[in-house]
Amino acid sequence: MTTETAIAETPRIKRDGFFGQAANYLDERTSISGVVKEFGRKIFPDHWSFLLGEVALYSFIVILLTGTFLTFFFQASMAEVVYNGAWVPLKGIQMSAALDSTLHISFDIRGGLLMRQIHHWAALLFVASIGLHMLRIFFTGAFRKPRELNWVIGFTLFVLAMAEGFTGYSLPDDLLSGNGLRIISGMIEGIPLVGTWINFLLFGGAYPGTAIVGRLYTLHILLLPAFVLAFIALHLVFVVVHKHTQFAGAGRTQQNVVGYPILPVYAGKAGGFFFIVFGVIVLMASLFTINPVWEYGPYDPSPISAGTQPDWYIGFADGMLRLMPPHLETYWFHRTWSWFIIIPLVILVVFIVLVAIYPFIEAWVTGDKREHHILDRPRNAATRTAIGAAGVTFYAAMWAAASGDLIATHFKFSIEGVTHTIQTALIVGPIIAYFVTKRVCIALQKKDRAIALHGYESGRIVRLPGGEFIEVHQPVDEYQRWELVSNEGYAPLVVRPDSRGRITAGTRFRAAMSRWFFEDRLAPLTQTEIEAAQHHGHGDAPAVEGGSH
Amino acid sequence: MAKLNQPTTSGRSTSRKRKTGRRSPLATFALIAIGLGLTGGVYAAANATPSASADTASSTQQQVSDGEHLFQANCASCHGMNAVGTAAAPSLIGVGAAAVDFQVGTGRMPMAMDGPQAEEKTPQFTDAQTKELAAYVASLAPGPAIPDAQYLTGNTDAAAGAQLFRINCAMCHNVAGAGGALTEGKFAPPLKGVTPAHIYEAMLTGPQNMPVFNDRNITPEQKSDIISYLTYLEKNPSPGGFALGDLGPVAEGLFLWIFGLGSIVGLAVWITAKSN
Repeated sequence: MTTETAIAETPRIKRDGFFGQAANYLDERTSISGVVKEFGRKIFPDHWSFLLGEVALYSFIVILLTGTFLTFFFQASMAEVVYNGAWVPLKGIQMSAALDSTLHISFDIRGGLLMRQIHHWAALLFVASIGLHMLRIFFTGAFRKPRELNWVIGFTLFVLAMAEGFTGYSLPDDLLSGNGLRIISGMIEGIPLVGTWINFLLFGGAYPGTAIVGRLYTLHILLLPAFVLAFIALHLVFVVVHKHTQFAGAGRTQQNVVGYPILPVYAGKAGGFFFIVFGVIVLMASLFTINPVWEYGPYDPSPISAGTQPDWYIGFADGMLRLMPPHLETYWFHRTWSWFIIIPLVILVVFIVLVAIYPFIEAWVTGDKREHHILDRPRNAATRTAIGAAGVTFYAAMWAAASGDLIATHFKFSIEGVTHTIQTALIVGPIIAYFVTKRVCIALQKKDRAIALHGYESGRIVRLPGGEFIEVHQPVDEYQRWELVSNEGYAPLVVRPDSRGRITAGTRFRAAMSRWFFEDRLAPLTQTEIEAAQHHGHGDAPAVEGGSH
Repeated sequence: MAKLNQPTTSGRSTSRKRKTGRRSPLATFALIAIGLGLTGGVYAAANATPSASADTASSTQQQVSDGEHLFQANCASCHGMNAVGTAAAPSLIGVGAAAVDFQVGTGRMPMAMDGPQAEEKTPQFTDAQTKELAAYVASLAPGPAIPDAQYLTGNTDAAAGAQLFRINCAMCHNVAGAGGALTEGKFAPPLKGVTPAHIYEAMLTGPQNMPVFNDRNITPEQKSDIISYLTYLEKNPSPGGFALGDLGPVAEGLFLWIFGLGSIVGLAVWITAKSN
C-alpha cells in the first residue's frame, strides 16, 4: 500500500519517455502548450450552485449521445403501416411508421427502450437544470454588467431547449403527442389574421396532414441542435472572457477570482461530475418508465386521454390556456377573434420577453454602470429578489394550472374550485409574494447587520451585580464579518436636468422607478460603524449589549 | 322477441271468446291487462338491451324474497319500499341485476354519505347477499342482467379492446385506466383492480356519470375485448420500469424535479463541499 501511494503521488513523466515525446511532438506542430497554459490556469470558484449550468451541459451531451443512437432506428414518416411487433395490445393496429419504429426501438432493438428513456429523462433534466441555473443567476445578480448579453444568450438557450423538447415530444406520433400538437395548432390558428395561414404552412395543409413529423424531425435533429451547440459555445466563450463570478468572502475582490485552476483539480472534478450526472440519468431511465407510447397508441384526431399534459417545461403555456375563462370570443370585421387564445399568448410573450430583458430594465432603473464580479446575496438586493419571487409565483400558478385535473382527483377537490383558486393565485399570488419577500429580505439584512455589529446571541444568560439579566453576545470572527458586511450599496437616481436644462417625463419616470427599486433600502455599514462596534465590543461587551436590547 | 309473442297469442284467445257473443265479466279487466301488457312489452322490448331477455332465469324465488328483506332493511329508506324511488334516490324499477351487482358489489351502495358521487369502499354485503339483492331488483322489472362468464375471461382480442378503449373510455378514464377528473368534484375512477364483471356491468348500466354503452353500441364481444385490454395492462407491468401511477408527464415532471434534480443538487453540494 505505502509504496503504491508513493508512486502515485510522484508521477514521474520522463522528458524522453513516451508521453514526453508525444507531448513535444504535438506542441512543436500545434503550439498547443500556450493554450493549455492559459486555460489550464483558469480559476473556477467552488460553490454547488455554480455547477447547475454544468448539469445542463452534461445532460445535453447525454441527449446528443442517445439521440444519435435513436436516429439509427427512428423513421420520421407518417406513412401508414400495420403494427406487428411485440406489444400485444397494438398488434394489427394501423399506425404511422414513426410510431411503429418507436415501438420497434422500445421492444425489439437491444437496449432501445433504455436509450429512449435516457434520452427523455435527460431532456427533462436539461431544461430543469437550465431553469434552476437561470434562477441562480437571477437571484445572485450575476446578470449585471458585464454579463447582460450572456444572460440573453442563456435565455435563448432556454427557449431553444423548450423547442427541442417539444419537437421531440411530438415525434413518436402517439396519441399524447398528437393531442399536444393539436393544442399548438389551435393556438396558432387563434392568432388573428395570419394564424390559419401559418398553420397551413407548418402542417403543409390542414391539420394533421402527413408532413409534420418529417418537418419536426429536421428541426429536432438538425436545426435546433446546431443552434443549441452554437449558443452553448458562445455562452462558454463569454464565461471565459468575463471570468466566473464569486460570492463575497475574505480575499475575494472585483479584480480576482478565488478557486481552483482547471488543471488538474477542476477538470478532474468536472469530469467526475459528468459521470455522476450521467449515472443519475441512467439510474432514473432504468428504473422509471417515461412516455410509455405503447399505452398511448397511435394518434387519431378523435380520441383524447384524460390527464393529457405536455412535458413539464411547456406546462406553463398549457396552464395559461386552462386558466382563461371560456367564451371570450367576438366576431368583428367578418372574423372570429378568439380572445381566450390571444390573451394567454400575449401574457406568455410579455412574461418571456420581460425575463429576457430584465438585466437591461434593472440597469436602466438603477443607473448602475459598474462592473460586478462579486455576487449579491439575494437578501441584499431586496427588490430584485422580491420581483423574482413574484415571477416564480406567477410561473408556478400557470404551471400548477396545467395539472389542475390531477390536483382535483388526487386531493379530492372539484376541478372548478382548483381552477378558480389558481386564477386568483395567478393575480394575487405575485403581489403577496413581492411584499412578503421584500420584507423578509429587509428583515434578514437587519439581522445580518445586528450580528455583524453586536455578535451572535450565545444563549448564555448572565446576572449582573445590579440584578439585571442579560444575554451574552459572542462577536463573529473576521471572516464571517467580511461576508456579512461586504454588500455594496447603491443610491436611487435623482431627477437631474439634461444638457439643455430640461426635466423630461422620461427622467421623472426613471427616477420614480429608481426610488421604488431602492425603497426601504439599508445603506451598507461604513468602516467607521464597524470599527466603532468592534471597539466597544472588545471593551464591555456583555453589559452594554444587554442594555441596548 | 319472446316477449312480443306472448301478448299476441293471448290476443287470439280473446277474439275466440268474442265469437260466442257473451262477454265474461272479467273480459274488461282482461282487455285492459292485455293492452297494458302489450304496450309495456313493446316499450320494454324497444328500450331494453338484448341481454335483458335472460334476466331472472338463474335466480330462485328464495333469493328474490331474501333480497327483498335485505332491500327493505338497507335500501328502502332512500329508494322507497318498493324501489320506486324517493326525493333522495332514484327508482330502481328496470335497472336490472347488473346495476345492483355493480353498485353494491363495489361498495358504492349503500352510500356512506351524500357527495358529488358515490365512492367505492369495502362492500357492506357478502357476494351471496349482493346476488339476492340483484335478484330482487331484477324481479321487479326486466333490466340488464349480470354478464355471462364467457365475456369475462380476459383473454380475447386485447388490441381491438385497446382501440375501443382509446375511442370510448380514455377521455375520462385515461389511456392506461388511471382515472381522471370530471366537473364539480366528480371523477372517473382508476380501473386497476376492478373485476371484469364490474367493468362489464359499468359499461352496460352507466353508473354515476358514466354513459351507458349498450350492446348495440358496444357488443358483448367488444366489451369482452376491452376487459381483455385492461386485464393485459394489469397483468403486464410497464416494460419501462415503475410506471409512476401511469399519470403521464405531470408525474414524470414532478419526479424529475424532486428526485432527479434533487439528487443532482445533493451531489453537487457534496462534490463542492469535499474540497473545502
